[in-house]
Amino acid sequence: MTDIAETRTTPLAAGRAADRIRKRYAAERRFRLYGLVAVCVSIAFLALMLLSIVSKGYTAFQQTMVYVDVHLDESVIDPKGSRNADDLARANYGALIRKTVAGLFPEVSGRRDKRKVRKLLSPGATYDVRAMVMDDPSLIGKRISLWVPASDDFDQLLKGNIRRDVPESDRRVSDKELAWIDSLMEKGLVEKQFNTRFFTAGASQEPELAGILGAAVGSFLTLLVTFLVSFPLGIMTATYLEEFAPKNRWTDLIEVNINNLAAVPSIVFGLLGLAVFLNFFGLPRSAPLVGGLVLALMTLPTIIITSRAALKAVPPSIREAAFGMGASRLQVVVHHVVPLAMPGILTGSIIGMAQALGETAPLLMIGMVAFVADIPTGFFDPATALPVQVYLWADSAERAFVERTSAAIMVLLAFLFIMNLFAVYLRKRFERRW
Amino acid sequence: MAAVEQTIVETQPAPVPKITARSVDMYYGEKQALFDVDLDVAERHVTALIGPSGCGKSTFLRCINRMNDVIDGARVEGTIMLDGENIYDKALDVVQLRARVGMVFQKPNPFPKSIYDNIAYGPRIHGLTDTKDELDHIVATSLEKAGLWNEVRDRLQEPGTGLSGGQQQRLCIARAIAVSPEVILMDEPCSALDPIATAKIEELIDELKENYTIVIVTHSMQQAARVSQFTAFFHLGKLVEYGATENIFTNPTDERTQGYITGRFG
Amino acid sequence: MSTFVLTAALLMIAYFAFRHGRSRALAQAGGKSHALHSLPYYYGYYVALWCGVPALLLVVAWTALQGDIVRALVVSDLPENLRTLPAQELTLLLNNIVNIAEGAALMPADNTDIQAAVAHYQNLQDIAFGALIVLAVTVAVAGILFARGRISPALRARNSVEQAAKWILIASSTVAIFTTVGIVFSLLFEAMRFFRAVPVTDFLFGLEWSPQTAIREDQVGASGAFGAVPLFAGTMLISFIAMVVAAPLGLMAAIYLAEYAKPKLRSIAKPALEILAGIPTVVYGFFAALTVAPMLRNSGDLFGLSISSESALAAGVVMGIMIIPFVSSISDDVITAVPQSLREGSYGMGATQSETIKNVIFPAALPGIVGGLLLAVSRAIGETMIVVMAAGLSANLTANPFQAVTTVTVQIVTLLVGDQEFDSPKTLAAFALGLVLFVITLILNVVALTVVNRYREKYD
Repeated sequence: MTDIAETRTTPLAAGRAADRIRKRYAAERRFRLYGLVAVCVSIAFLALMLLSIVSKGYTAFQQTMVYVDVHLDESVIDPKGSRNADDLARANYGALIRKTVAGLFPEVSGRRDKRKVRKLLSPGATYDVRAMVMDDPSLIGKRISLWVPASDDFDQLLKGNIRRDVPESDRRVSDKELAWIDSLMEKGLVEKQFNTRFFTAGASQEPELAGILGAAVGSFLTLLVTFLVSFPLGIMTATYLEEFAPKNRWTDLIEVNINNLAAVPSIVFGLLGLAVFLNFFGLPRSAPLVGGLVLALMTLPTIIITSRAALKAVPPSIREAAFGMGASRLQVVVHHVVPLAMPGILTGSIIGMAQALGETAPLLMIGMVAFVADIPTGFFDPATALPVQVYLWADSAERAFVERTSAAIMVLLAFLFIMNLFAVYLRKRFERRW
Repeated sequence: MAAVEQTIVETQPAPVPKITARSVDMYYGEKQALFDVDLDVAERHVTALIGPSGCGKSTFLRCINRMNDVIDGARVEGTIMLDGENIYDKALDVVQLRARVGMVFQKPNPFPKSIYDNIAYGPRIHGLTDTKDELDHIVATSLEKAGLWNEVRDRLQEPGTGLSGGQQQRLCIARAIAVSPEVILMDEPCSALDPIATAKIEELIDELKENYTIVIVTHSMQQAARVSQFTAFFHLGKLVEYGATENIFTNPTDERTQGYITGRFG
Repeated sequence: MSTFVLTAALLMIAYFAFRHGRSRALAQAGGKSHALHSLPYYYGYYVALWCGVPALLLVVAWTALQGDIVRALVVSDLPENLRTLPAQELTLLLNNIVNIAEGAALMPADNTDIQAAVAHYQNLQDIAFGALIVLAVTVAVAGILFARGRISPALRARNSVEQAAKWILIASSTVAIFTTVGIVFSLLFEAMRFFRAVPVTDFLFGLEWSPQTAIREDQVGASGAFGAVPLFAGTMLISFIAMVVAAPLGLMAAIYLAEYAKPKLRSIAKPALEILAGIPTVVYGFFAALTVAPMLRNSGDLFGLSISSESALAAGVVMGIMIIPFVSSISDDVITAVPQSLREGSYGMGATQSETIKNVIFPAALPGIVGGLLLAVSRAIGETMIVVMAAGLSANLTANPFQAVTTVTVQIVTLLVGDQEFDSPKTLAAFALGLVLFVITLILNVVALTVVNRYREKYD
């Protein structure tokens, strides 16, 4: 650019004229630079955000585990010897763990220290032992060895999120606890393992036991409802407006209305859901059904708008050909236009679904923020969704939840990425140039 | 047949009229596109509609199978009778009309489906066959009649959009024939084709007139002279002159017709 | 749940109706389908529609009305002393009865009158559902009988079916209308209830917002302050900061990508911006609260500024980042829509590229860009999660970006999340705020869409 300019300006390069031209080109370069800077800054923001989330979150995929021997004492678990499932479930497994810990640290005495040393293990240890016994009652009376999760502070210390070099008063782990942890590590009883629980558990108050499966299932159920409602409605509306509707004031109204709905803040849809679905129709709070309906109304405009664009892209010659054969309008639409527009419609719908998957605010309004430890199994069960889980964890005080939040975000982004990739694939695979 | 129009030359033979149009006016919204057109189309003959661009010949053609219904604000007045039945009668089913009056378009527009499915589409939607064999038979004979059978018999399942332009147009003709229409309307069927493909289509038209009534809109006067027995000259939305093709080309009565065919305008 | 089973059963019946209609039509035509006016399956659909549609409509209407009617019947059979309770308590009592009957209540009925009412309610529900089953099946069968009687080769089954299909399409296109109507009515209705407790003028022009004090019943609306001006100011402050970030960056990025960038850079930068647009807002909120806010506070300390950890600046900047791709994609559309002839005219006179952009393209594209920016503002005002997570709750009336402010959307969320009585002014205030939010964004959207559309028409 610049060298061309110089060669071209040589004949005029006398005094003020040359000066002017130089200034103009300087302005040109400045302007270009501004543009480049704007692009770079925007991308830098994206990189910074992703980097900060990944660097905070990748550790959550590992969990510190402690190897323990537990004596499954029959007199504690099943003194009556009945092997009754109810009795087994209610037995005091905590006492077994207590004994195990006492065995590991025989030198610890005093009630407070004893409790503290027990706190090195997560309460999940108790649940894991119970699950093993419930699974296989024949283990009762034997000694078993297993990996149990460490407590969140223990875990964070090993991951370097709680630093050893700060004074004891500023540290969540006392010097005494540090010594215990070190002795465990010397014995080779501590290991970081892949955190399966994060993918198989529901929400929990204990960060080391909290998982995203409940939220993921909630999101899936919600999106299923959203898809089942908004996809057929979206296609039918788009087809009507694009292929059947006469141009008149009524269809203009529908059109303006759809464009406006697409720009209404999502939280307003949440208010609609609260007032209409919960208070007027009396549907249950926190249910995926209601969440799905609200998100369906929200994504409907997106689906309609993209479907109409896809229908519009089908050339009129196809319609003419079919009409010329004596196909009725419905046959033209069902046999030719809609199938040809389907890749476009699907792409738009997937993008709409991805939006719905990331949406949080309307779900807060209809109570999908409840603490739900169980994994939902139906459309009427109380549930939460992935982005809401992110919001809830982000609000929690424990340091360990920061890493879980970041990890949940990574999972959420992975889902969104896959959906968008699929949409791009569909577009590339079935794109038709007319 | 009664005297129809002052401009009809006396030497015209009197075949049975398949289509009779009487005082047809056609409007696109406020704009009038056809003015008081009266025209008889002879059965099992080729009738060519000629005239300069925008003269209404394509518009008139599209009136015959009510393709203009698709356009918003289009409106037709007057009557067009097909075998004595008014096609603009409210009780008439436009879908059945188009099964009887097929159409071939300016640009070949095969469906993006296989060759077989392109042909089979019409018989399927109109329920012409009960068995697969019957359908296969219709596909084969239609392609044969369109002179395409030998070229595509081995690749019936390949997409129709993969054929050459001339083949695509013959495919469209075969598609139109497949529902056994009585009339075939052709809207400049050769304008997007090269001369060799054009010659093939013209040959085909000549064969088809044994069984079908054909109305063809064309820009090329040579083509009209080659393929048609009757020619109608349109100008500014009016039917100026109509008669046997040889008379129109050798001895036109209207000076506008003469001007057009001798190339003074158009 | 049982309604679902009934619906499924009706759909099954409709399917058999379809088979029946098809075969009957074929039989009447002597097995020759071209003797029929329409294809045989159209006769099937014809019968199925007559069978299914009226019955399903009946089910929908019945389920919508059943609850209210049964409740009214239960009330009318309550003992005198309960029936004459004030309306609010009666509603509570009824809710209690329904909960017990459906096994959802924590406490069993403690009183014989209520136990009787529960039994009565269950009884009525059973009767109603039984009646619905009988009626729906009768209607379905009657539909089949009617339709099959009309089947003949001359019946224009296709035309009827297509007419019905068209009406179904029309009905689905009205859902969008009903959504808008639903939004307007639900917001208006609840907001009116709020304005009965708190005067509109106090709400719109009051300078103090502290809804928490109004929870106590004895001082409803009396001392709880519902002056929304600090919320409006906070919303505007944060949106303003967001636009200060997003407008120049988004616009310049769009210009660079549309006019200067080499294809290679464009092929990287454009998808990157799209990714930025696809990231859920809750992620931005997390980023704002955990990364940007501490960063700003620390750098503020360096310069001796005290920046609140929930400053308007942090929320505004991150919201700006979120809006960049929105601004850039609309600007990109608008800029590329400017006809090439305008550019060539300018180059032909010896203008540089930047001069052409500044003097020709930008003015020509201005209406479209302004429309796009208005849409972006509307989005900033309605954005919820970023401000919920990064902005504060304290309703400060300030223009200082380093202080914490709160916004309309934050307050809607805090007022409605958690368990509250639905008719306290505190929760109703959320709907009044929602109404304001809806009206403002609606006005912005309508103006912006009109401007953008008029611009598009100009160059189409």
